Amino acid sequence: MTTTDTYVDASGGDWDQVVSAAREGAAERLVVNMGPQHPSTHGVLRLILTLDGETVTEARVGIGYLHTGIEKNMEFRTWTQGTTFVTRMDYLTPIFNEVAYCLAVEKLLGITERVPERADVIRVLMMELNRMSSHFVAMATFGMELGATTIMTNGFREREMILDIFEMITGLRMNHAYIRPGGVAQDLPPGAVGKIKELLTEMPKRIRDMRRLLDANPIYLKRTRDVAYLDLAGCMALGVTGPLLRASGLGWDLRKAKPYCGYENYEFDIPVSDGGDVYARYRVRVAELEQSLRIIEQCLDRLKPGPVMIEDAKIGWPAQLALGADGLGNSPDHIAHIMGGSMEALIHHFKLVTEGFRVPPGQAYAAVESAKGELGCHAVSDGGPRPYRVHFRDPSFTHLQAVAAMCEGGTVADVIAAVASIDPVMGGVDR
Amino acid sequence: MSPQDHKGQTNPPEGENAPIRAGEQRLSSPVVRTGMFGSRTSGDTSGYGGLRVRGAPPMGTEPPYTDPDDPRTEGYDEIVTALRHGLGAEGAGFADAVERVVVDRGELTLHIRRDRLRDVARRLRDDPALRFELCLGVSGVHYPSDEGRELHAVYHFRSITHNREIRLEVTCPDADPRVPSIVDVYPTNDWHEREAWDFFGIVFEGHPALTRIQMPDDWEGHPQRKDYPLGGIPVEYRGAKIPPPDERRSYA
Repeated sequence: MTTTDTYVDASGGDWDQVVSAAREGAAERLVVNMGPQHPSTHGVLRLILTLDGETVTEARVGIGYLHTGIEKNMEFRTWTQGTTFVTRMDYLTPIFNEVAYCLAVEKLLGITERVPERADVIRVLMMELNRMSSHFVAMATFGMELGATTIMTNGFREREMILDIFEMITGLRMNHAYIRPGGVAQDLPPGAVGKIKELLTEMPKRIRDMRRLLDANPIYLKRTRDVAYLDLAGCMALGVTGPLLRASGLGWDLRKAKPYCGYENYEFDIPVSDGGDVYARYRVRVAELEQSLRIIEQCLDRLKPGPVMIEDAKIGWPAQLALGADGLGNSPDHIAHIMGGSMEALIHHFKLVTEGFRVPPGQAYAAVESAKGELGCHAVSDGGPRPYRVHFRDPSFTHLQAVAAMCEGGTVADVIAAVASIDPVMGGVDR
Repeated sequence: MSPQDHKGQTNPPEGENAPIRAGEQRLSSPVVRTGMFGSRTSGDTSGYGGLRVRGAPPMGTEPPYTDPDDPRTEGYDEIVTALRHGLGAEGAGFADAVERVVVDRGELTLHIRRDRLRDVARRLRDDPALRFELCLGVSGVHYPSDEGRELHAVYHFRSITHNREIRLEVTCPDADPRVPSIVDVYPTNDWHEREAWDFFGIVFEGHPALTRIQMPDDWEGHPQRKDYPLGGIPVEYRGAKIPPPDERRSYA
């Protein structure tokens, strides 16, 4: 314990001495270090709060506890292997990370128009499923952090239905590396469409239950109405996009404004609210769940048989995979061709997998509307088979800057609600 | 290509595509890496069709910037014209601030002299004909072979009013890694500039608190620079050591 004229350090020592020192001193401000290991801070987020009683007078955010050097690592792997890294950034929106990255690589290669239609439909389908699973986690953790565990168990239960579909299609619940430059890693397995149809019949009921539990719940309203207010001007200055921006009254969505992967062919609405508070963000998210279901339904109608990987032997990996005896995906036709038919094809396959393809020099920026906002990928190539530099503009990273604007002047308890309503994922923030 | 070629080369000399010239070119291209199995020549045995193996990206585009056949470039002429008017002095302000304009892959890039970055950013935000309300952060890129302009700061902007995108690129030498901060114009760039400082060592002059953001405060060096030393992994096999990634066998 350290005591000076101006501050009392309560980080350890004899508690009686701390209390008596605090009584004698004239210190009035309290600086609380919340996190980085704290169940209510959404992962390893550190909040440094200056308190005057219960009121937050200053809120500062410390990040970097989950920095894994993904951007640097990618510079030493092929362009295709890059998807394995980016899927681990924001681990709750892996499909969006992969699509943003692949769109940037495809733009660099100049093959955006040549990605097969079926691959685009599958991408949209997977992205919308991912948007739902991410929003369910946003609501579930929000409930948990406020102490309402029913919301948490419900949200994670609903999300599990989507992760089951992901597991069936990609083989993994998270970290899929399913979207690849030129298309997707493999076609939908038999039974996937049926499973998605089951989801489409079951999910509206689950969302209704969620709404019935929360929409007019007096406790929930007390904790969320007029809390962590951020107006449109604040959003624009701080670069806030996604559900937070739409909850502040601007119906801006890249799916409508700059359509990619064929989003211009789908009918859906952009939910907007002008509340600007935590409750408005919840309303926007839950309304987006319903819109995602609409898009998924249209995806199933648009699924026509066809290739799922670009028909360019220099870029496309074999994507018509069957489950092999070893439990891994293999393409029997392709194996027969390279092992028994053509020596050149074998060499070519070996070169494509080990060396990878080369990307013409230059830079490209591709952005998608992830569940959290604008997720941008800035990719630079020097003409080699590996990225020269890849940078991600992660929405969570940008949005966490708004914590000070949202929390200062409010109470400590509302800091939790504010951070949870931003829905940051530290894997994406720190990369 | 050597750095002085960055000013723009319109007509390549005859015989440039001859195989022997191609090999020379590749060796003098912006980044030279050791080829496959230590080979110093091309390293490329894939015979890749359709893609250029090496070479510098396009160095400059002549107006008009809007290609009627490419819908992605719609409005680029208007952006450049509005900026030319906005920077004043009947185009002299524009020529002073913008080194060159590049339209590549349907994206508009303005290369800005660093001392004029703040003027241009302010103009981009405030001019009704431009209205780039949203700054999408800054991304550092390190080109050690680009002498005198090794560090690049790449900014992306989005206009919600006009639904347009633009990229600004600013360079500074390793010896004087200073770029003016635009945090007072676009407050969202606060953390983005801290990240570029942390990873590349670009000093954003005028930033309110330029401290490390991802790496620990006492970290030495800037890890995403190309000259940052990479560690190997010691393994338990007769004192063998896995070499750092940039010294491992690679194909280019």
